[in-house]
Amino acid sequence: MGILRRNLTAYGFLCAALFCFAVFAWYPMVREFILSFQKTDLINPPEWVGLENFKGAVQDPAFGEAWLNTVEFTLLALLCGYAVPFVVALVLNELRHARAYLRFVVYLPVMLPPIVAVLLFRWFYDPGPGLFNQILDLVNLPPLAWLDSSSTALISLVIVSTWMNMGSATLIYLAALQNIPSELYEAAELDGAGVFKRIRHVTIPQTRLILLLMLMLQIVATMQVFIEPYMLTGGGPENATVSVAYLMYQFAFSQMNYGQAGALGMMLMIVLLAFAAFQLRTTREDAA
Amino acid sequence: MQRSTGLLLATVIGLVATGCGSGEPATPSAGGAKAVTITVACQPARTAPKERQAWDDDVATFMKAHPGVTVKSTDQQPCFDPKTFGPKLAGGQMETVFVVPVTNYNDVIGQGQALDITQYTSSIKNWNDLRADARELVTKDGKVYGVPNVLYGVGLVYNRALFTQAGLDPNNPPKTWAEVREAAKKIAGLGSDYVGYGEYSGGNTGGWHFTQAIYGRGGEVLSADNKTAAFNSPEGKAVLQTLHDMRWVDNSMGNKLLIGWESLMVAMGGGKVGMMLGAPDVVTDVVTKFKGKTADYGITALPEAKASLSGGEAYMINPKATPDEVKAGMEWIDFRFNTVGKGRFDFARGKAIGNPVGVPDNAVYGDSPTGKAIQADRVKNASLPVENYQSYVDSAASIAPKAEPMHAQEIYAVLDVPMSAVLSRKDANIDDLLKDAETKVNNLLAAKG
Repeated sequence: MGILRRNLTAYGFLCAALFCFAVFAWYPMVREFILSFQKTDLINPPEWVGLENFKGAVQDPAFGEAWLNTVEFTLLALLCGYAVPFVVALVLNELRHARAYLRFVVYLPVMLPPIVAVLLFRWFYDPGPGLFNQILDLVNLPPLAWLDSSSTALISLVIVSTWMNMGSATLIYLAALQNIPSELYEAAELDGAGVFKRIRHVTIPQTRLILLLMLMLQIVATMQVFIEPYMLTGGGPENATVSVAYLMYQFAFSQMNYGQAGALGMMLMIVLLAFAAFQLRTTREDAA
Repeated sequence: MQRSTGLLLATVIGLVATGCGSGEPATPSAGGAKAVTITVACQPARTAPKERQAWDDDVATFMKAHPGVTVKSTDQQPCFDPKTFGPKLAGGQMETVFVVPVTNYNDVIGQGQALDITQYTSSIKNWNDLRADARELVTKDGKVYGVPNVLYGVGLVYNRALFTQAGLDPNNPPKTWAEVREAAKKIAGLGSDYVGYGEYSGGNTGGWHFTQAIYGRGGEVLSADNKTAAFNSPEGKAVLQTLHDMRWVDNSMGNKLLIGWESLMVAMGGGKVGMMLGAPDVVTDVVTKFKGKTADYGITALPEAKASLSGGEAYMINPKATPDEVKAGMEWIDFRFNTVGKGRFDFARGKAIGNPVGVPDNAVYGDSPTGKAIQADRVKNASLPVENYQSYVDSAASIAPKAEPMHAQEIYAVLDVPMSAVLSRKDANIDDLLKDAETKVNNLLAAKG
């Protein structure tokens, strides 16, 4: 009783946090789970339909494309969004001057509301006066269709996503890099290791846990890509950028089929949960 | 410790109090009539103070004429937003009287999200003057679910100033697709940033405009029994072939894909797009929302039109409304939206406050006595050059209106693909694209049963 009274304030804050999680995260998740087995108009009592919503989602013409695009986007985003921030963090870590300024510059895009960043890229990608084609023109290269071609649209979205999110990843990598004892590098140098060998034999092993954690977080985040296709391509051209999350949005708010949207959401959640469980297990074994 | 406990208690009490908030109790009106409060959607935004004031004046007039009725307005813009529609209904936040666009009639009525108002239609004094096809659209299994508010057919919106600049006669706009191509070429020839003909390709707007075009050419999207796709036809191919050729042979459509309704409207308002498919409300929106010059825009008949996709909206009633609320809501709809010379048809007031009066953007009353009275009043108080829209008005009577296909949004999403393909790929194979879309729509229809 005494402990309870002593920690009342702490419990109060805990309750507030639990309340927020329950209302804004757990309740919607449970509600979505239930919704995925129901047909509802949100007015009359919902009707249980078993797996009909899952069947409907799978039979949608864009279902296969949405999953393929999402996987492709995730792989490309990992290739760019995973490697680029790590390299930037390595460079920042090595710098002796203007480190704080450059850190700020790298983090700046994170501070922009995503919608602003996406609209900025809409102008960058404009096939006419857009920045990117102007740059290509300066170096005598032909213009690209960027968002307006099914062969370049997805990678264009990956570039936006990488730019928007690399600041946070870079800072996390940088923090991990700064925790590596300098003696390890000194010893490696004495053994005649060059830059690449130091990265391979000191930096990567020492940041392995953070790298694995970031891998999991990035996959979970990128597989839910929505705002980029929603704002920039509307899922086109030729469905080249329809993602699973975008298709969920279409089900719910274009077709008013909330149950089918819920079913697709459940499928995505199961895939991500399976991946996260596998990843956590690997990480735990690694840490042990 | 005590201070912390107090803080915590205050927080808890605050949360509980917020959760326990109750609605206002019903009170009898001063005049003794039964008190009823209704909420009505579509009050103009604060950014349009004159229009908002006119609305508020109408509310005050209505309440004076209907003692006991309190009208509360909401100003969510746009009035109908699919993203918030379902949650508002479920959360008890939906207005008593709300608006629904034609595209969403089937979904809203089919899902029981609008009240059956069959027994209340007599509240609309000119109900029988509303066009029969407009009433048909809000009727299902003999039951009426809405009061048609706006109805129009698609035409060809064009920039008269660009026509003049390109050496074309703005008083003789294109009547065939061959003439559209020629005009588009000349307009695109004005400079690299000029677009002769603008078209959508994504966010379901591509499929929507494909439907407009194929209807115009006399084609169908679905078979008569709604069981199979019918757009893989000579008409469907002609729609895509024309767009492909304009984009890649004539180079008259610019090099940017347009996604979502606003994109083409912005381009049109910018004054560098020559033509687009659109209803008369496009002219109003281009002028009022996208800063186009009033005198520059005209609308004419859809080229070679055999039919025209109907557009518009209807007012519907919240299925949770009580009979008293329904009665008051219907009286509001009658007063504000269906009375000649009053409410939205008070064109003299509209002109005085600077509204664009004169665009034939609503044929919901057709050529009935009410329709004729409204049109005469509109022309009398016109603030826009009505002659710029006359060829559309003349042709509208002879072009059959046609409703959207079943499962419109799902089908539009599929049809976005061939539309974006012909506008983004020179080597797009139209036959393959149509065949693929046909298979997808047939599968979709089979799954929907």
